[in-house]
Amino acid sequence: MQGQRYEPFAHHFPLSQFLQQLLNGLFLGSIYALIALGYTMVYGVLRFINFAHGDVFMLGAFTGLYLHKLLGPMMAMMPWPVAMLVILLLAMIICAAAGILIEFLAYRPLRDKPRLNVLITAIGVSLLLEYTAQLVFGATQQPFPVIIPKGNIGGLGGLTVTITQVIVLVTAVVLMIALRFIVMKTKLGMAMRALSLNPTASALMGVNNSVVISFTFGLGSALAAAGGILYASLYPSIEPFMGVLPGLKAFVAAVLGGIGNIPGAALGGLIIGVTETLVAGYSDTLGIPSGYRDGVAFVILILILLFKPSGLLGKAEREKV
Amino acid sequence: MAALVLGLTGCKQQGGGGDAAGDIVIGEVAALTGGTATFGTSSNAGTKMAVAEINMAGGLLGKQVRLVTEDDQSKQGEAGTVAKKLISRDKVVAMLGEVASGRSLEMGPICQKAGVPMISPASTNAKVTEAGDYVFRVCFIDPFQGTVMGKFAISRGWKKVAILIDTKQDYSVGLSQYFKEYFAKNGGTITGEQSYGSGDKDFKAQLTAIKAGEPDAIFASGYYNETGLIASQARELGITVPLLGGDGWDSPSLVEVAGSAIEGSFFSNHFSNEDTSPKIQEFVKKFQSVYGKVPDAMAALAYDSGMILADAIKRAGTTEGKALRDAIAATKDFDGITGKITLDEKRNANKSAVVLTIKNGKFSYVETVAP
Repeated sequence: MQGQRYEPFAHHFPLSQFLQQLLNGLFLGSIYALIALGYTMVYGVLRFINFAHGDVFMLGAFTGLYLHKLLGPMMAMMPWPVAMLVILLLAMIICAAAGILIEFLAYRPLRDKPRLNVLITAIGVSLLLEYTAQLVFGATQQPFPVIIPKGNIGGLGGLTVTITQVIVLVTAVVLMIALRFIVMKTKLGMAMRALSLNPTASALMGVNNSVVISFTFGLGSALAAAGGILYASLYPSIEPFMGVLPGLKAFVAAVLGGIGNIPGAALGGLIIGVTETLVAGYSDTLGIPSGYRDGVAFVILILILLFKPSGLLGKAEREKV
Repeated sequence: MAALVLGLTGCKQQGGGGDAAGDIVIGEVAALTGGTATFGTSSNAGTKMAVAEINMAGGLLGKQVRLVTEDDQSKQGEAGTVAKKLISRDKVVAMLGEVASGRSLEMGPICQKAGVPMISPASTNAKVTEAGDYVFRVCFIDPFQGTVMGKFAISRGWKKVAILIDTKQDYSVGLSQYFKEYFAKNGGTITGEQSYGSGDKDFKAQLTAIKAGEPDAIFASGYYNETGLIASQARELGITVPLLGGDGWDSPSLVEVAGSAIEGSFFSNHFSNEDTSPKIQEFVKKFQSVYGKVPDAMAALAYDSGMILADAIKRAGTTEGKALRDAIAATKDFDGITGKITLDEKRNANKSAVVLTIKNGKFSYVETVAP
């Protein structure tokens, strides 16, 4: 690459290409957003980062794969949107149960211990899930079944958008709205917010904190599972370590938006997705090799921690003593 | 054939013991799991078949051959570790493997230092055999493979080609460099150069940039896993030109992941199982009856590497490191499955390459390019 410069954009900077890159980034970002929501919710309620979250995402993709194998003949008879919804919802339920179980077995016994203990336990759970998955599913990449038909959406001029991308975006948005509804309008959501403000006070007000925490983990894991299936539909090759990098980026997204803040997580996810895509797409113009795209998320993380530690939408919080 | 099958199951992974049983112990490092697992499982199948045939024919130097295979999980770093283990614990007399160049580069210096001859079946990066005079290979090298695809692109009348490099793989970096050199020197234009790293899933950003350069073809020399995703995403973005690649594409997973998106693309390879020569067809039939599938190039090369090693042990009359090394180095006109193999002074095999295309989900033969 040294010595020789290729300048495909020397003559012009085509707008359609830029729009295409923005779209590419938007779809990628919507998945980061889904995963980031799980991080943020758990942090909001428990004040700790669940590092095993990215692995629940992986678990979601594999659950989808095996559900598809198991229900294959039945799926063939259903129209694809129904089949997709069945797989998506079943995987979400299964992973919600897994998330609740993880909390019950690994985190609950440590609830009154220093936060560092539970953080390290989370890293342990993450490794446990990854290597168990390697043992059970095998380390080899497996093709993910086509649950959303292939094809492009027409009528966008020079822009290309696939059916899969549209479904991914729509599903992600619907899930985020549903989450907002649950948190803002339901009794459990109110309990979640109360717990987040002050666990002792909420317990005194008759909130069963354990139930609310289980529910939060279930909800976050369900979103991660949905993210896993959507991600696998976009990039149909899955393996036990597929959750590591998206998980890390989603974590950055959650911090970027302001950890503990739900709209912030969604916004952070979109920003990371778009930035990453633009860096890779305009690597020639920017002079950054496109292999550095993953590094960009972490540069952003460092910048936020330096200049706005509370994140874009987060409130500056005084440490409670 | 039952005896052959028995022979195959007899040489599964076995731990420890050195050559206590009086066997000749050969080590093999293969990626049986992980990102390039089909390379490892294929080459392992080829090696096992060679060993089984050698043993059925009475073994070597009056002894049976025992193969000890270690899985490096497709991981950089792991290949060196398991190679060390094979040398110090299993006391292997020679080493077969790896397929991926990056991992062979790791094993080379270790085998060299221990004085254990190593034959890589399929690592094409030029640097692999530069580790020392104990490191050999039975395949051609990247300068040749990159040049073959450069020649092929020129012969098809393609004037503009974009390059997509997997910068985490020495193999892809090397191939791209030699392709570029040949193609640019012979009147072609490189419209853009994009990179990614193994394990990436999203290539739309790079492909959108490549699309803007309106190339006639895209030289994407990464391994099959990423190439499958690259092909489908390229088609989704409305890029219809063929992709070009090297032997790193040679895996059934390529078509499984890419589906119809990879149809009509081209790659260079060591061998085509469609070749009608009786020797190759006999090998294909034998392989099929044991493993129930047709052999790919990795299996054929691994088979050849095992057979060349056996031939050298016979000629050397001993398994002592130095004598065995000299015998391997003297290999001349060995009639292998992947062509007539002569090892040159740089311990590389001189032989021709084939160009394959993907047609109806199968790899089909296009032409042979001589060195």
